[in-house]
Order: sequence, then C-alpha cells, then structure tokens
Amino acid sequence: MMAGYVSTTDQERREMLDAIGVASLDELFRDVPVHLYKPSLDVPAGLSELEAWTHLRTISEQNLDLDHHPSFLGAGAYRHFVPAAISHLISRGEFLSSYTPYQPEVSQGTLQVIYEWQSLVCQLTGMDVSNASVYDAATGLGEAARMACALTRRQRVLVADTVNPLYADVLRTYTTGPNIEVLPVRAWRRDGSHLLRAESLADAVDESIACLVVQQPNFLGWLEQVEGLAERLQAAGAILVVAADPASLGLLRPPGAYGAGIVVAEGKWTGGPLDFGGPLVGMFACKQAYVRQMPGRIVGATVDGQGRRGFVLTLSTREQHIRREKATSNICTSEALIALCTSIYLSHLGKQGLREVAELCLQKSHYAAERIATLSGFGVATTSPYLKEFVVTCPRPAAEVNRALLERGIIGGFDLAGYSPDLADCLLLCCTEMTTGAEIDRLVSALADI
Amino acid sequence: MADSPPKTNGAVATAGLAESGSHGPLNGGRKTPEPLIFEKSVPGRRAGSLPPCDVPRKPVAELIPEAELRTDLSLPEVGELDVVRHFTRLSKLNYSVDAEFYPLGSCTMKYNPKLDENVAALPGFRQLHPLQPEETVQGALRVLYELGQLLGEITGLPGVSAQPVAGAHGEFTGIMMVRAAHIKAGRMRRKVLIPDSAHGTNPATAAMSGYEAVTVGHDRRTGELDFADFKAKLDEDCAAIMITVPNTLGLFERQITEICRLAHDVGCYVYCDGANMNAMVGQVRPGDLGVDLLHINLHKTFAVPHGGGGPGGGAICVTSDLEPFLPAPVVARRENGSYGFDHHRPDSIGRVHGFHGNFNAALRSYTYILSLGKEGLYDVGANAVLNANYLRSKLRQAYPLYVDRICMHEFVLDGRWLREHGLRTLDLAKRLIDYGYHPPTIYFPLIVPEAIMIEPTETESRQTLDAFAGAMLAIAQEAREQPEVLHEAPSSTPIGRLDEVRAARRPDLRWRAGIAGEAAESLSEARHEAAVQGRY
Repeated sequence: MMAGYVSTTDQERREMLDAIGVASLDELFRDVPVHLYKPSLDVPAGLSELEAWTHLRTISEQNLDLDHHPSFLGAGAYRHFVPAAISHLISRGEFLSSYTPYQPEVSQGTLQVIYEWQSLVCQLTGMDVSNASVYDAATGLGEAARMACALTRRQRVLVADTVNPLYADVLRTYTTGPNIEVLPVRAWRRDGSHLLRAESLADAVDESIACLVVQQPNFLGWLEQVEGLAERLQAAGAILVVAADPASLGLLRPPGAYGAGIVVAEGKWTGGPLDFGGPLVGMFACKQAYVRQMPGRIVGATVDGQGRRGFVLTLSTREQHIRREKATSNICTSEALIALCTSIYLSHLGKQGLREVAELCLQKSHYAAERIATLSGFGVATTSPYLKEFVVTCPRPAAEVNRALLERGIIGGFDLAGYSPDLADCLLLCCTEMTTGAEIDRLVSALADI
Repeated sequence: MADSPPKTNGAVATAGLAESGSHGPLNGGRKTPEPLIFEKSVPGRRAGSLPPCDVPRKPVAELIPEAELRTDLSLPEVGELDVVRHFTRLSKLNYSVDAEFYPLGSCTMKYNPKLDENVAALPGFRQLHPLQPEETVQGALRVLYELGQLLGEITGLPGVSAQPVAGAHGEFTGIMMVRAAHIKAGRMRRKVLIPDSAHGTNPATAAMSGYEAVTVGHDRRTGELDFADFKAKLDEDCAAIMITVPNTLGLFERQITEICRLAHDVGCYVYCDGANMNAMVGQVRPGDLGVDLLHINLHKTFAVPHGGGGPGGGAICVTSDLEPFLPAPVVARRENGSYGFDHHRPDSIGRVHGFHGNFNAALRSYTYILSLGKEGLYDVGANAVLNANYLRSKLRQAYPLYVDRICMHEFVLDGRWLREHGLRTLDLAKRLIDYGYHPPTIYFPLIVPEAIMIEPTETESRQTLDAFAGAMLAIAQEAREQPEVLHEAPSSTPIGRLDEVRAARRPDLRWRAGIAGEAAESLSEARHEAAVQGRY
C-alpha cells in the first residue's frame, strides 16, 4: 500500500529488492533486534491532503489572531509591517528547500544573501563584523556571555535586571556548563508610581568581570544610561554586551557608537510575522578583534580561478565540524531563511523606511501614554526616554485589567507581576506602526470603562 | 557509459544530464554575477510606503535626547522591483530539493510537502503573539502537545520538548539534562564518551556543557563501535555516551542494547544523536533499544524545509525518569481538557529559547506526521533503507564501500582509489555538479579517508536513483580515462572553484560604504593585524 510521499510502486520495489539481492524489506533490517522490529505504533491512520488541511485550519481557528484583534503586547515580540515581497521571495524553492551552502559553486544565492545579511547587520549596529546568524537573541546573549569569558579568561558575567527576563533565563542555561557566575545588576527602582533608572550600571564592575549585558531599549522600554559605560568597562578589561532592537535602530544611535564589544539583536520582527514566537533569528556582531572567537558560520568574499567574485563559508577553524570539542560553539544549522526575510526587509525599507517605522512607533506610543495618563487611577510610570514600550500603573492588579480588556476584544499589555512582585499593578504596553490611532482610542475608552 | 556533460561553457548538454530530469545546466542557466544590493543603491530611491502618522505628532527631539539619535544609517536605497529582481536572481544561483536530487549523507534532504507550507501560513497560526493569554492560543498549544505525544510514541521516549530549534541545540539541551540529573542524584561526573565517527557537534556539545569529550574508536571490520574500547573507557566518571544510531557509516549498531545495558550498569546515560532517525521511523524505537535521550532534527526526519541553513527543529525526547529536567515551560493538557504551559518545573535545566522554540517548524512536522499516519511512517523508514541499498548495489561495482554490507538509510564510499589517478573525492564532487547533481557529503565521517557519503531518502523515485548512479559510473570512467576533466570541474556553474585560502587569510566579511574591492580587503586585513597584536 502506498502512503505519504513515497512514489515507488510495488512492482518497482520487487525489482529493487532483486537488484539488492534480498527477498524482502524485512531482510534489510536484519541488524535490528528481532523482538523490537516493527513496533505497533499508537498513531492514527494517515490523512488525505484535504483532510489534513481541514483539520489544521480548524485547529488554527481555535486561536485568537492579532490580524483581527488590537494588541498592545510587546515584551520581546513585536508586530511590524511585513511587505508582501518577502513571503513571495522566501517561498521560492531555491531558497526554501536548499541545504546549508557547503558547495559554494551551487550555493552562491544563499552565500551572497548571508554576506549581505552580515553587511546589513554591521551597518545597523555600527559593529565591524557579523556572523551568519544564531538561533535568536536569547541564545545569542548566552553565546555572547560565553564568548566574553573566553576572550577575557574570566568567569563572571553581570546582567542588568532590565534585560528581557526570558533572555536572562537562557543566558543562565548557556553559562551553567562552564560554571560561569551570573550576577544581576539592579537597574531600576520604584518611587511611588514612578520607575527610575539607575544612574550607573557599572558600579559592580571590577577586574574579575568578563562582561556587562544591557538591553537598549531595555525590557521595560526605556533607554538605559549607556554614556561612558564602555569606557568604565574597558578600564577594568571587561566587555560591553548590548541586546538591541533592529526597528528602534532606525532612530537610535547604534551600539557600536557607544563602545559595545558584542551586539545581539532579535531579527525576526523586522521582516517576519509573530509565528507564536518561532522561528526567530539572532543578529550577532562584534568588534573585528573578537572575530576568531565568534560562534556560528561566517561568509566571506573571495575569487575563483578566473578572478570572479564569489562567496564561501570561511574562518571555519572556529567551528565544530573542524575543531570538535575545541570549537567556539556547537552551533551548526541556524536560521538562514529568517535572516533572509530580515535582509529583504532592510533592503526594501532602506534607510528612510526604517527610520519612519521607528518614528511611527515613537509617536504612537507617546500618544497612547499621554492619553492613558489622563485616565483616573492610571498613570505612566516610565520616567526615562522610550521608543515603543512604556509602563502603566493600574488601579487594580494588571492581570484583572488584562482580563477586562480581553472581554472587550483587546489583547492588553504584558503583566509585569511575573517580572517583579513590586510591579503587580503594572502593565508594559507596546505600540508599533501597526497600531492605529483608532485602536489606541479604543484601548483608552476600555480602560476608562474598567 | 553515459555521455559526458560539457567540459567547457557552450558545449552541448548530453544524455547524462537529460536522463536525470528537467534540468539543463544548473542555476537556471544564469551566468551573470549579481551585484550586492548595496551596489544597486541610488540616493533617494525607495521601495514601498508606510501609512501617514494618524496621531498628533511631536518633534522627535522632544521625545528622545539628541545624543541618543543616530546620525547615519547606510542601508540600501532601492526600488521594490530592484529588491524582487535581486533576490529572485540570487535564488537562481542555488541548488534545491524542489528542483533536483540532493544526495547529501547525514542531511536527509527529502521532499518537503507543500501542504505544510500552507498550514504554516494560516493567519490563525502566523499572527499569534508568543505571550498571548493561554485561552487565546489553545489551537497552537494543542499542536505542540500532540506533536509531543506523536514524537514520544514514534521514539518510545515519552518526555518531549520542542523548545530546541536545531540538532546541535537539542544535543545541548539533552546533555544539560544529563548533567542536571547527575547533580540531582549527587553524582559528579566529568566525561562523555563519543565515537570517533560522530558528528562534530557531539564533542562540541559535551565541551559546552562542561564535560570532557573522550573518543571511542570503531571496529574497522564491522564499522561499528569498538566494543572493547568502549568497555575499557566506560566507568563511573562517565556522564553519558553520545551515540548515533544508525551510525554515520549508515550501519545499525548491532550491540546497541548491550551498550545501553553496560552504560546503565554504571549510571551512565545513553544519548542518541537523532540525525539518522529517518532509518528507524516505523521500524524500531530508540527508547525500546535502551536509549535515554534523543533529539530529532525536524528538518531532516519530519520534512521541515531546510531554508539554506535553518530554521529547523531539534525536539528532545527523553525517558519518564528524565522528564522533570526538560526545559521549562512544558506544554501540558489540563484535567478540563484545555492546554497550558506548566512553569512549575523545579528540576528543569531552564529555558533554551527566547519563546517556545520554532513553532512553525513544529507545526509543519505535526502536519506531516498526521498526513503520513501509522502506515506512512512505516513507509518512511522502509523506503529510505530500500533506496539506499538499491543505490549502494548499483555503485559498488565502481566504488568500494568502506564497509560492504547491508546498510540503513545511507552508505559511505571510500574514494581513495581516485588518488591513483591524481584525483581526490573533492574532484568527483565538483564533477557531479556538471552532471546536474549536488555532491554527496564528502570527507565525513572523519574516519574514512576520501569519504563519499550518500543518502537518497525515501521520496526519490527509482528513475532518479538510476540516473544518479549513471552519472557516478560515468565519472568513475572519466576518472580513469580523462582525469583532467575532473580537475577542471565544475565548468557549468557561474563561478569556478573559489579560493578558500584567500577567504580565510584576507577576510572580507562585509560591504563597507565608500570602500570597494582591494581597499576594503586591506582595511580588514590591517584591522586583523592590529587585533592579533592587541590583547584579544
């Protein structure tokens, strides 16, 4: 019986078995312990394409999607406009169904895309070099912390407590094996209904510290005080690691401009849909001097025998397939197709478009904050400059406010109770260019009504 | 013999090519190099537009201090047609499964069903925020939960997390779980045993997780783990053995149940690298063999397209004993039938991904497994092994096998005989490109000199396998009669063999504004020199 995507006929199968010189398929599996061979799997019978499609579409309708409901949820996943060209281009089988570019002569498309991605990441972040991508920003920070420890031969890492807590969790998982000590740095405090940022993040830095990890804008949305930070770290021989946001970099100065040694950023939201949070793609860039400690693949330009420009995977003596246990990381397959989305996005929007995206986020979030501040019982807790996210204090626990908003068809903000018990009455709200003025007005009326 | 394809540009393509399918010269016939997108930039040009600001607008400088604003942003300035043509042209420089046969050993380049793409694009999956309230994402949680159940059943390892996003990421997750389990039991162990035929990710993973990688040899005669060496190195300081089944020679490890028993006797876990799971689907369950943990490359075994290097999926499957150590949170089905994230996981190794892993890869694999069903799953393993053995039987007349016996889903040829003609496996690989094929995996596993590793997968037809075998046999004859043709290959591609030494010695890793060609190179070289003289 035929099933699935195998096209061999019974007749062909018999002839193929003859050519091999065996009588049956079972003979091909004679090395498998007989009593364990061909288990009876408790798996349902296969579905036709139509049945499978209907089943999956029905399941998808059990979700409440953000195309049909206003949302003010950010907290690390952002809804930005995705030009139609992207999905069409990445659906081309030549991109979608190709392998890692091990054979450069038949992979110049993917290799040049990666070279362009590396260039775009460097332009955006102000850094010297970039790799071909890592899994996401969270694992990128884990890799960055490990890399900083390898570069400085130190075992202590400072992480501002305004770094996305999920990133910080992953960073801890990544640093457990080599016994790297992760120390939090207090970067904010609450003063009544206001949140104040720390004046300095570098007070805990000494000569035992490999790096300080900060996020800009931080998890709570505001800009950290980064001026002079890199210099203080450098004086102690430590490295500044920055988690950046690509869309915000349309307006904000790049981390390279304030002395970052390693920059990581989540590239998914500039070019891709939310996808329930995956696949993501991590940008990973650093100073030239650190390139030989970078994790992941790197593409370089070179020439062929006739002097024609071409692209190859290079500096691979850092990598697992050559160095095995001495590699800088175990990473192999990464997120090339998502990096392609981001490359197309950045090329399509260009310098002007990306700036406009950032400015629309800025204008809308400030409009929303201003309106909410006029509501009785609500207040804007953020006191430092911010771009697309801000913290609001509520008259009731944030979870209750969110529930009431959901009853009105609105996905509210991120409930900060899980981030800090001191912020149980606080919501982190996000606006992007996708948020319309009308949606903001609807949110404000709903809050007034709660 | 099959006729030869062109040796130089412009010659006529012949039977060796025509037989293998629709393709003429590779790369859509495209010969012109494509400039960088930056090189197409024209000041002031732009693509697309954004809506006007529909809220009262304030001067940017009032909202963000000027010192925090950037003064330059050198991104390309191009039109939409420029973008579409640029990336379409680049795509034409790629080889792909949709167009051609991709016999890459260890990579399982099977057909990726188009239905799965449509499912992944459903708005009810695509436009979901990962932090939405659980009651608004019940469908997505159901997919993750049921995929876990299916993978648990297929592998015999019921504890599943789809949070790891790649094979190496799954390995890291698994070995960190092993570490956590040993620490919880008060056992401090230092070593991980790894066969010399293993993927490089295995020792790299062990090192990343704080372990010493100890190499175990293989038996040259059987191609399997050297059992005596394994027994000699196995002791109570071993946290795990990472073993690939079938191994990277494409051979089933016949001692696997005994290996597991001996390992368990000293409290050592057995981690199975699931890169080769495709051979076992529906045939045998790793959990039944005694394996404790296994990752699955969803982009190999369960048909997620590889995307030129990801996204994939590296779901980790473990025994019930190890389930408490899975990355948090875990998707659970509640008593009332609803789905949710279980965050209360005190023994968890923690998170390994920013959100829930590659959800839309998991979604594709879920669709694929439901489409196949029980019978279809059996057909995967059975036909993958059938196709590999059929190809092996056709090639062995011209290419010696490293170990000549019934193989599983792939096999490894020994290319040393090419040396007699002044050739290497690399030359054979490049010549295959002229015949219209992506080369097999070469120089891996490291234990085989001049290795040629071939994995056809179950989705290829007999006709495709016959045509590929024809090309391989024709090249074997060319190697003996006209070795220079192999030296010069490939001749059908837009570029020839690239100078990889130059790429590594004079790294040119990015475009720079206002600096082109040699100037850019000397800049990066100068910086590199400065760097190596510096502290780091």
